[in-house]
Amino acid sequence: MDEASVARGGLAPRLWLAGGWLLLALVAAIFAPLIAPQDPLAQDLMLERLPPFWLDGAEPGYWLGTDSLGRDLLSRLIFGGRIAFIVAFAAATSACLLGSALGLIAGYFGGWPDRIISRIVDVWMAFPPVLFAILLVAVLGTGLSSVILAIAIIDWTRFCRVIRAEAMSQARMDYVESARIAGYGRMGIMLREVLPNVLPSVVALLSLEMGIAVIVEAILSFVNLSISTDDPTWGSIIAEGRLSIHQAWWVLVFPLITLILTVLSFSQFGEALKARFDPVLR
Amino acid sequence: MAEPLFSVRGLKVALPDMTRKPLIGRAPLAEILKGLDFDLPKGSVTGIVGESGSGKSTLGRALVRLIEPSAGSISFEGRDISRLSEAELRPLRRDLQMIFQDPMSSLNPRHTIFNIIAAPLRQNGLGDRLKERVAEALQRVGLPQSFASRYRHELSGGQRQRVGIARALALSPKFVLADEIVSGLDVSTQAQILTLLEKLAAEMGLTVAFISHDLSVIRRLCQQVIVMREGRIVEASATDALFENPKETYTRDLLAAIPLPEIDPDWLRPTPRQAGVDHSIIKL
Amino acid sequence: MSANREPCLDIRGLSAVLANGQRVLRSVSLAVQPGEVRALVGESGAGKTMIGKAVLGVLPKSVRIVEGEMLIEGEDLGRLDPKARRTLIGARTALIPQDPLTALNPSRRIGPQMTDRLVRILGWNTERADKRIRQLLDEVQIRDPERVLKSYPHELSGGMRQRVLIAAAFAAEPRLIVADEPTTALDVTVQKQILRLIAQLQRDHGTAILFVTHDLGVVAKISQKVSVLYAGKVVEEADTEALFAAPQHPYTRALMTATPRYTDPYASLKPVDESVLAGLTAEIAAADQAWRPGHG
Repeated sequence: MDEASVARGGLAPRLWLAGGWLLLALVAAIFAPLIAPQDPLAQDLMLERLPPFWLDGAEPGYWLGTDSLGRDLLSRLIFGGRIAFIVAFAAATSACLLGSALGLIAGYFGGWPDRIISRIVDVWMAFPPVLFAILLVAVLGTGLSSVILAIAIIDWTRFCRVIRAEAMSQARMDYVESARIAGYGRMGIMLREVLPNVLPSVVALLSLEMGIAVIVEAILSFVNLSISTDDPTWGSIIAEGRLSIHQAWWVLVFPLITLILTVLSFSQFGEALKARFDPVLR
Repeated sequence: MAEPLFSVRGLKVALPDMTRKPLIGRAPLAEILKGLDFDLPKGSVTGIVGESGSGKSTLGRALVRLIEPSAGSISFEGRDISRLSEAELRPLRRDLQMIFQDPMSSLNPRHTIFNIIAAPLRQNGLGDRLKERVAEALQRVGLPQSFASRYRHELSGGQRQRVGIARALALSPKFVLADEIVSGLDVSTQAQILTLLEKLAAEMGLTVAFISHDLSVIRRLCQQVIVMREGRIVEASATDALFENPKETYTRDLLAAIPLPEIDPDWLRPTPRQAGVDHSIIKL
Repeated sequence: MSANREPCLDIRGLSAVLANGQRVLRSVSLAVQPGEVRALVGESGAGKTMIGKAVLGVLPKSVRIVEGEMLIEGEDLGRLDPKARRTLIGARTALIPQDPLTALNPSRRIGPQMTDRLVRILGWNTERADKRIRQLLDEVQIRDPERVLKSYPHELSGGMRQRVLIAAAFAAEPRLIVADEPTTALDVTVQKQILRLIAQLQRDHGTAILFVTHDLGVVAKISQKVSVLYAGKVVEEADTEALFAAPQHPYTRALMTATPRYTDPYASLKPVDESVLAGLTAEIAAADQAWRPGHG
């Protein structure tokens, strides 16, 4: 117990910092119309390339400055967060459900279901993921739902591999045999005995995958293959910022910081959650 | 003798031998049990003893039908259960229970003790009065009621094994397989668990197959003993007869190899027969 | 054994704590005379393995020695710098581990694994090491040394692997061997052969052994002296013969009656009495009360 509580104490800051940032970003994204100081699409060439608030020439109400078309950067980041979070939640959840279910079946049942599923995973992993995503979006057409679908189709293998390995080791535990002795069927054992024990890994992976989905969406936006160019996304803001890096560094730097913080928070949050669950296993 | 609860004839079990599995394709089958015949009388405790590789655990798992025999019959109360499917076995599970060797791995870390003991009850139509039945099961093995809400990691080794016993006996089964249930415990705890099992088996009139590598424990607990070696029965008889007058050399060797807690300066001296290397035991 | 001879291993008042301050060894003192087998017996958590690890200098990082001395043939380990300590321990001691499989590298053949230690730590040349190893394999009654030396660990049976490790332990002529439950993983018939081999080699080479075990039966057969441990404290220390003739401490007596004996089924296998455990708890608490870490 002592060690567990020590570990818990050490994890707390990580959990709270990562969770805090994600919560802040999420709330901002949900209430974007109320929070954003400006209209993210409103162009005003009189206000182009305003610097952030602490530099000379800043205008009140444009905290992080404006881009080359005079659009408020902070507002664009907040609205861009909406798309980032929608993609993160929808794509990661779909990939998670598909991959975990297949992984659980392959790992627990073994035999031919495992052989088929593992073969598919091997083939899938042979494609370079970003190239695969670009290819898929090119086929499916741009738009929010194709981006989500593409990420789910590519990244389910991530869940499948990990959950399969965990389910396999769980299947060897005596409590699985014990459940057979108690009269449970295979499906019942899988859901009652195996699933609860792989759940911490599923949760950690899910959180990590949300971060990955944010990056993939940003990459697709960056190469102009995501959502329509009107709606701001973090990737498209970065792409625009790149063009004016010498005149207005902030248009590139702030969205990059936002992206990195979010991705990092997702992965740290997942790890911390898993560790939090884990003392039960000791 | 009482009529047998189990009657086993010509029992053979073959399992895939993963050490000889080729890179591609299936592992070849290795015969673990090579034709066993024996009876387990109703209400008796039978010790099954053997060294590693003797097939004693495989035999136990075949009795409770966790594995399917490749040949022979296992009749339980006169009915051959050796070929029943998982679904056909389900109604029989209530009477065929098992206590596991490692109480750590046999208790799911994510379930409370209550849920662990309640699982077989729920699954076998005894889901009514669940609280009462679990309370009764805990009391039977001498655990306080407050343990119902605890998890595996909050219990000591001996307490975990008590939970394992409580789970197996919650259904008041006719047969219990006890597979090396004290081999992972300290001697002081081991004595507690064994006296508990001894008492409960007598009270509930259980038929028990007690698998162990320890003949000392078997002598105390069992009425009859089956000595196994390399998938065959070497000797089977009533306990006192076996210990006082072992018929087979192997049984005598086993007994002579037990280091009793008493001074015996001759014990480590090679006996004439054992001088040099006993090639029957050393395998390369 | 004359009293004025220097003990091979002398542990004086050794105490160790975990990171959270919990005591795991409680002023342990014991001496192993040259050529003597001293058993350390106790249940899990008694600290018997930890003493063996402390002697070999392989304690886990979480355990910290806070007090006491360890002397190997009169040399105080605490006064040596880490490198000199390693050299001394490497030259004078050896280990026979519990699990022969994990103690051997699965991807290397037995031969080089056995000679390595002689070549690297003792600086022998390969020829001499090889000769020595063959000699020892003969002593542990391996009739087919060529084949064993060329084998990988998984190709040998458990008893055979343990023979190899015993040969390796004795090969460098250590003064002291720590045997950590060397037969626990083995079947009884193999256990008897292994115990017999250890006893024989021990006599022939005059090696002292610190024999860690949980089994009073093994203690009775192999040792001349015994220390009974509970919760990191030596509760009784005696000549093995005297201990089995008349155990003094209530815990030792309880352990004896708890150990099953097929020759006497109803006098053995008796659960340890609550009062014995309560007495032990009180004894430990009293010892801790009086103890001040790092006094003097």
